[in-house]
Amino acid sequence: MFKDVSFGQYYPANSPVHKLDARIKLILTLVYIIGIFFVKSYFGFMLTAALLLLIIFSARLPMASVLRSVRGILLLVVLTAIINLFMIKDGDVLVEWKIFVITKNGVHTTIKMILRLVLLISGASLLALTTTPVELADGLESLMKPLALIKVPVRDIAMIMSIALRFIPTLFDETNKIVSAQKARGASLDTGNIFARIKALVPVLVPLFVSSFRRADELAFAMDARCYNATDKRTKMKRSKIKFSDVLAALVVLSFFTVILLERYYFPSVGINIDAMIFGGLL
Amino acid sequence: MQAVEIKNLSFVYSKGTPNEKLALDNIDLSIEEGSFVALIGATGSGKSTLIQHLNGLIKPQDKKRSSVIVNGKSATDKKTLKTLRFEVGMVFQYPEYQLFADTVEKDIAFGPKNMKLASDEVSRRVKRAMETVGLDYAEFAERSPFDLSGGEKRRVAIAGVIAMEPKILVLDEPVAGLDPAGRAELLALIKTLQKQVSPTVILVSHNMDDVAALADRVVALKDGRIVADGTPKQVFADRALIKDIGLDLPTAARIADRLAERSIELDKDIITMAELKAALLSLFGKAEQQVDGNDESQASDGTREEPTGENSSLQSKANAENNIDGGDVKVVKYEGNTGGDADV
Repeated sequence: MFKDVSFGQYYPANSPVHKLDARIKLILTLVYIIGIFFVKSYFGFMLTAALLLLIIFSARLPMASVLRSVRGILLLVVLTAIINLFMIKDGDVLVEWKIFVITKNGVHTTIKMILRLVLLISGASLLALTTTPVELADGLESLMKPLALIKVPVRDIAMIMSIALRFIPTLFDETNKIVSAQKARGASLDTGNIFARIKALVPVLVPLFVSSFRRADELAFAMDARCYNATDKRTKMKRSKIKFSDVLAALVVLSFFTVILLERYYFPSVGINIDAMIFGGLL
Repeated sequence: MQAVEIKNLSFVYSKGTPNEKLALDNIDLSIEEGSFVALIGATGSGKSTLIQHLNGLIKPQDKKRSSVIVNGKSATDKKTLKTLRFEVGMVFQYPEYQLFADTVEKDIAFGPKNMKLASDEVSRRVKRAMETVGLDYAEFAERSPFDLSGGEKRRVAIAGVIAMEPKILVLDEPVAGLDPAGRAELLALIKTLQKQVSPTVILVSHNMDDVAALADRVVALKDGRIVADGTPKQVFADRALIKDIGLDLPTAARIADRLAERSIELDKDIITMAELKAALLSLFGKAEQQVDGNDESQASDGTREEPTGENSSLQSKANAENNIDGGDVKVVKYEGNTGGDADV
């Protein structure tokens, strides 16, 4: 059924990172992302990269799967890099040609910006790579629970989320089938100008909508027939408990975060010195 | 001439990931023009992957080793791909889910229009296709395909494919989900289509009764390999293989097997109901004479030494004859009556 559809980005493997509690992974990813924005020195970036490599290694992920998510933001990285490189005009001038000026500061900011973006996206992708969408939805639901106090329908939202996730591969499959069927009738979806292409999508989108509504109807009936009621107190088949490995993972990421903060606010000289030691005259 | 020539075709889904799955494993298959081939195999045996290679919806992964040649054209050749798609009409499972236009006529015209035919030729083909599938043009042409019944929708979808007048017609489970009357009509329609429009038919089916009744060649797939290829009689004769593939025998063959268990030996190669009926009737003609003969001998001799086993088996035969005339349903009832472990 699933064939070529990889479920989100999830990369199945039997690793300690895969087995971590989804809630912990969500929170730690957030901590990691916030942490990256406090990094200022090359030393800090090396530390971040080391942590990232440690996680990738213990998650038994191939490097390619992580790089694939970076490829998605490549255009963004290149564009911001170019803008940064030419817009920053303070510091020693390295190159000057007509209105284009490249300064030492500009180069450093650009390199750091690229590092930050790449590390950010690779780190965030680790969450999706090691956690199934269903676990993610469950984790989010659990984390949102306090919101129920201010009358946010957390259970309904969680149910909507799980259903949406559940139907992604189904709809993907359905789209593939319809595309094949229309191609078999000579439809060309990938030629012609933009208007021709949009028009060519009609024979795909109409059946897709029709079948989505049909599925939604059927699902609603099926849920009704089983007396689904999101407002009642519902129990879970799988209840996740915080394990020792979760605590360990939290400790690792939190100490990373602490080191980054310390390096930035209390011992900025450490970063500067190490940077100077490694890159020497280049700086 | 060969309508289809496939050599060394392999296909792997999700190549290079842990979900990797071998769908086709070194398939060699030639299909003669004008033949009616049934493709059978359990779910996931690679049937759908195989047929999608026939019109280039899926391209061979290993272009050097594999070749797919349909109507003399390579399915990998981009220049002839469009033409190929019009020559291979493909009716997917539940084709009614591909309907999209606001009228039946526009939907059926989609294929012919993509062929860039003149508009009068398009409307000629739409009319002809509707006539072939048994939809009245005046009544249905302007209606929305979404307002039709399930069976009518399917006819519209099939008309949309045959309006391209393909030389090869590929049908993936065309009768799934139809009521018995709808099934019978559609199967008859497929035979008509073969005579009038598309001389070569490839039918993917899980219904062995349909396969036995329609096909003149059966190709069985298991785990992406061809495990049997021959006439329906040849393929269904290998009972162990059919069981191994995870499929059933045609109902007639199963009944014949059950009768054989009760020592009523019929021809080994019975696969259709008509053959079963003929065999039972011919056996019966003799059996009745024998029964008469036995009765006479009993009456004249006055002895009671007839082996009871034979007697009861003859009675079974008598039961069988009483029930067979009514057709399939009653035959099944007969199986039940014997009190055996009938799972027909």
